[in-house]
Amino acid sequence: MLEIEHLSLAVPSREGALPAVSDVSLSVARGRVLGLVGESGCGKSLTAQTVLRLGEYQGIERTGGTVRVDGEDVFAMDEPALRRLRGGRVSMVFQEPMTALNPVFSIGDQITEVIRLHLDVSDAQAKARAASLLASVGLSEPERLMRQYPGELSGGMRQRVLIAMAMSGEPDYIIADEPTTALDVSVQARIMDLLRALQREKGLGMLLVTHDFGLVAELADEVAVMYAGQIVESGPVEDIFDHPAHPYTRALMACRPEVAEPGRPLPAIPGQVPAPGRWPEGCRFAPRCAHAGSACERPVPERAWTSPNGSGHWACCVRVEELS
Amino acid sequence: MSLLRVEGLSKSFASGGGLWGGGRRRVQAVRDVGFAIEKGETLAIVGESGSGKSTTARMVMRLIEPDAGRIELLGEDITHLKGRGLRQRRRHMQMVFQDPYASLNPRMRIEHTVGEGLRVHAPELNRRARRERVAQVLEMCGMPASAMDRYPHQFSGGQRQRIGIARALAVEPDLLVLDEPVSALDVSVQAQILNLLAELQREKGLAYLFISHDLSVVRQVADRVAVMFAGRIVETGPIEAVYARPRHPYTRALLDARPAEHPSRRGRGGERLLADEGVAETGCAFRLRCPHAQADCAGFDGRLVAAEAGEASRAAACLHPL
Repeated sequence: MLEIEHLSLAVPSREGALPAVSDVSLSVARGRVLGLVGESGCGKSLTAQTVLRLGEYQGIERTGGTVRVDGEDVFAMDEPALRRLRGGRVSMVFQEPMTALNPVFSIGDQITEVIRLHLDVSDAQAKARAASLLASVGLSEPERLMRQYPGELSGGMRQRVLIAMAMSGEPDYIIADEPTTALDVSVQARIMDLLRALQREKGLGMLLVTHDFGLVAELADEVAVMYAGQIVESGPVEDIFDHPAHPYTRALMACRPEVAEPGRPLPAIPGQVPAPGRWPEGCRFAPRCAHAGSACERPVPERAWTSPNGSGHWACCVRVEELS
Repeated sequence: MSLLRVEGLSKSFASGGGLWGGGRRRVQAVRDVGFAIEKGETLAIVGESGSGKSTTARMVMRLIEPDAGRIELLGEDITHLKGRGLRQRRRHMQMVFQDPYASLNPRMRIEHTVGEGLRVHAPELNRRARRERVAQVLEMCGMPASAMDRYPHQFSGGQRQRIGIARALAVEPDLLVLDEPVSALDVSVQAQILNLLAELQREKGLAYLFISHDLSVVRQVADRVAVMFAGRIVETGPIEAVYARPRHPYTRALLDARPAEHPSRRGRGGERLLADEGVAETGCAFRLRCPHAQADCAGFDGRLVAAEAGEASRAAACLHPL
């Protein structure tokens, strides 16, 4: 189990540290995919990075809570243990396949380096393993590919290389942060198919960070929707799609061009996510919410609404019953 | 008379090869592309990276010289116009880029970025009149007039794209060439920008050439669509007709690649494109990836063929249309 418990984070700014994530709890079991969804600036990537304590290098401060991987407290780990964890038990796939690879080293050099970091193997064994990993992510002629440089590959091929690298330490958990966002629609579809196949075959636990409910529909078992540093709704993926409870979730789903009616204005969400530390007192979404009322001016308990069907579906909104 | 008419547009680039250029070859980025755009209308060009859609847009804007073909703006051949003549015609067509982060000068206040075109096209305006006009277009694009005294880094991605649109609109063009204007944005912000574009079109009678890789986005904005693959238009027609019943297998594949609307339909992309690469050098360029390819596709010249009677506005470059 990968568990985030009551995590709060603050980001540095000229006015001092500003709260960016507040009291977030979520968990990912092996073999399951949790989709963490929200707009840019809602704190979803900050939360995901904290699993590997990557935020520390950017001055991001943990102000509360903890992260456990298979019961082990990540914040109690020393540097060598962290290095083994990163790319070992837990690895990461980032959004930008253009910048995540080093342009001056060959694909082969980069992938064998990662393999040798995590597995005690010879040079020749590492190369053979690299070739089989590249083949397993659907790349043809892996030996030839290993002699090539990132600039010679298309965006889709680079993302496959990064996924192969993420798999090289034989992880139990993968954090995929917008793994398809920078890619063409047709390439996105094939990367989604690949991630789904790998996840099932290896029984991986996956934390999928995205702004796109389409990707969630394709991959996730459970969903957590994040807004302004908080989880505002959580539940099984079918429940969330069939009965989205929080007005934010509904609004995010409705503005997808795939489901909108052509020729009519898209149901956009007015305004933008408030910056860290600029959160309203009451419901944080209220200023952008079409249904906000006086009850929304007071702080809302996290699980203000829980689904009567016992599925574990809940929402941080006091008006769910009235609105449905 | 069409607002814009393009015929036989072609362009090739040198590509690949070693560090010193050994083994380079010519890649045909755009071949024999033609289309027309009427006043107030949106034509979308859809395709993957490398399909030639952005090269086509840049040739229309005369930012890249075509190897062959003809570009007509309001009935006038502008293919070889240079200098002052070209600058004057640019008043009629303006471009909006994908990346609002990269396309705004970070050292320039918004007033100057948005007002830049006015210096060229409306030199009679003094600074105060120019500021007024800048305030007006910013507000038209949903930005406060006070934005003009700030710098690009002080705005979010969606706001920067609004500024990019305001810059293009400042000189009151007839045509906006929009190159992936929403693909760098969150879905929620994407919707705001698409709505803004629709509203501006209604109010100003603007025409759009809208470049995108995403058919779902295109469906929200376009009247007609041209699907490009490997430098050629492989299918064209009214958006709803193409969307409802694609004729070219590549168009079908692009539609199938869209993510599921509901988890119960996941992984049902159907016949997904077969490989990352695979463009045939001869015959139909798509035949290596096409689930319906037959022997005669190797001899196909890639011509667009009008669909059956009653669908005169539709055409597909396929010997075995769906």
